Amino acid sequence: MTKVITDVICPFCGTLCDDIEVVVSDDDRHLLEVNNACVIGTEKFLHSQSKDRVVRPRFHQEDGSWKEISYDEAVEYTAQILAKAKKPLMYGWSSTNCEAQSMGNEIAELSRACCDNTAAVCHGTTLIAVQDAGLPTCTLGEVKNRADRVIFWGCNPAHAHPRHMSRYSIFPRGFFTGKGQMSRKIVVVDPRVTDTAKMADVHLQIEQGRDYELLNALRVALKGEWLPETVAGLPEQQIREVADMLKTGRFGIIFFGMGVTQSISKNHNIDEAIMLTKDLNAYSKYSIMPMRGHYNVTGSGEVFAWQFGFPYAVDLSRGFARYNPGDTSSIDLLARGEIDAMFTIGSDPGAHFPISVVKQIAKVPSVCIDPHLTPTTGISKLHVPVAFNGVECGGNCYRMDNVPIDCRKVVEPPEGMLTDEEFLRKVRDRLRQLKGVA
Amino acid sequence: MTRSVTVNLITGRSIQQGVAIESGKEKDSYRTACGIIEMDNADLKKLGAWKNTNVRVTSEYGDVVVKAIETTQGPHPGVAFIPMGPWANSIVDPNTYSTGMPTFKGVPVTVEVAPDEPVLLGIELVQKLCGVKPE
Repeated sequence: MTKVITDVICPFCGTLCDDIEVVVSDDDRHLLEVNNACVIGTEKFLHSQSKDRVVRPRFHQEDGSWKEISYDEAVEYTAQILAKAKKPLMYGWSSTNCEAQSMGNEIAELSRACCDNTAAVCHGTTLIAVQDAGLPTCTLGEVKNRADRVIFWGCNPAHAHPRHMSRYSIFPRGFFTGKGQMSRKIVVVDPRVTDTAKMADVHLQIEQGRDYELLNALRVALKGEWLPETVAGLPEQQIREVADMLKTGRFGIIFFGMGVTQSISKNHNIDEAIMLTKDLNAYSKYSIMPMRGHYNVTGSGEVFAWQFGFPYAVDLSRGFARYNPGDTSSIDLLARGEIDAMFTIGSDPGAHFPISVVKQIAKVPSVCIDPHLTPTTGISKLHVPVAFNGVECGGNCYRMDNVPIDCRKVVEPPEGMLTDEEFLRKVRDRLRQLKGVA
Repeated sequence: MTRSVTVNLITGRSIQQGVAIESGKEKDSYRTACGIIEMDNADLKKLGAWKNTNVRVTSEYGDVVVKAIETTQGPHPGVAFIPMGPWANSIVDPNTYSTGMPTFKGVPVTVEVAPDEPVLLGIELVQKLCGVKPE
């Protein structure tokens, strides 16, 4: 016999879909089928069942081979490197729950670590801009029920947030948007003709890296002032038409992604996008929202901000929290060679940091806590496999619109495997002993 | 003389990249999804390369061998796309300009045909570049 579990949360992207159904065996040991999830979410659930999964901590030997060790030995190594390091970096946190993040922060305080999450290579510049200019935002429910003007700027949800469009932003029929897609005008700004752009009413195929100019031109067009013949490779007439279309909406939303956060100008692009949102509020109701990637990167920012006062790039090395992106951010700390121990959890900097920075990780004592095999585990001294959060253990997570949602446990982890939080608690307790705090 | 073409590189997600990272980065499917460069037809013609040919992509910050494929989300002449992953990150601009964020999009790169050079697996590539012995 099998059981169907409904209303399961998908732990892949920041959309945090909450309508997944999974079929599990009677003894809760095997996950057999996944319904309603996108192709990526389905793969995430099913990969937890793979037969070749690493189930015990492993230590990287000099000759490249791995030696299996116990969880207790893994706890000891992790606590020792954190206790000895002058400036350890504790990075990741976006693919684990808020409870584990909070436990990690206790460890960070004890070891006076630098703490950072994947916003470092994602929406970090957004967080800087929000501190500069504020964030007129809303929830995804409001978007579904009200939005009749939807702008995707430098983001491609058809690939990165596959169900965002059907659940919230393009297709659903909401309270004031009864005709679904017919109720909405969609604008996509992207240098490529993305699969999202193919669904748009207007695609502004912008010259790459000219987002600031185009955002500024739209603000000028709203005010009816002079514009040059072309801005960012687009004709003046098209910019004015889009500005007029935005003015006539009843409720509009700007979703933005890596196209603006990672291109040159970075946080200034988002400053300008927020100011465009502010200007549009003179004509109608407008909001803006970052398309957060990892399913709980928003939660990590919330927990850092709650406990340390800053959402990422926190440096505790002086015994109190400092925040100065460019100085206390992971990429810069590693690039300057300041880090003398690396602790990675719930992320893969080995694959997603520039290689010159990854080389620094390979030089220092390191631990990677991850259920998968990744480039980061491949260069770390210690690999600690843990239960899949959101599949094999529950816990609190934050959706991209800052709505907290509890993930659910649907299947048992392999025998004897610890969760992120359980492993971190053991490390914290051992670190307390080493520091004489217990 | 090897023919080459200079393009503006952007990196980012693709749905194939998403599926590959969740199904296992040690697998060949990760290389198939991310060890590629999506190029516009016009740029492939300039390069004089057949589709699905291995190419060496070089920037100021490094070089990597990937497979050149025809763009799936074009046209975008002058712009090329490598899905986020270790192949893209071998050549992106690590400068953060005091924001903490490397410049993952908008990196000038040169593409030249390299049919006899292999595209490495993801973990293999990072281990090689970091001087870590493989298993």
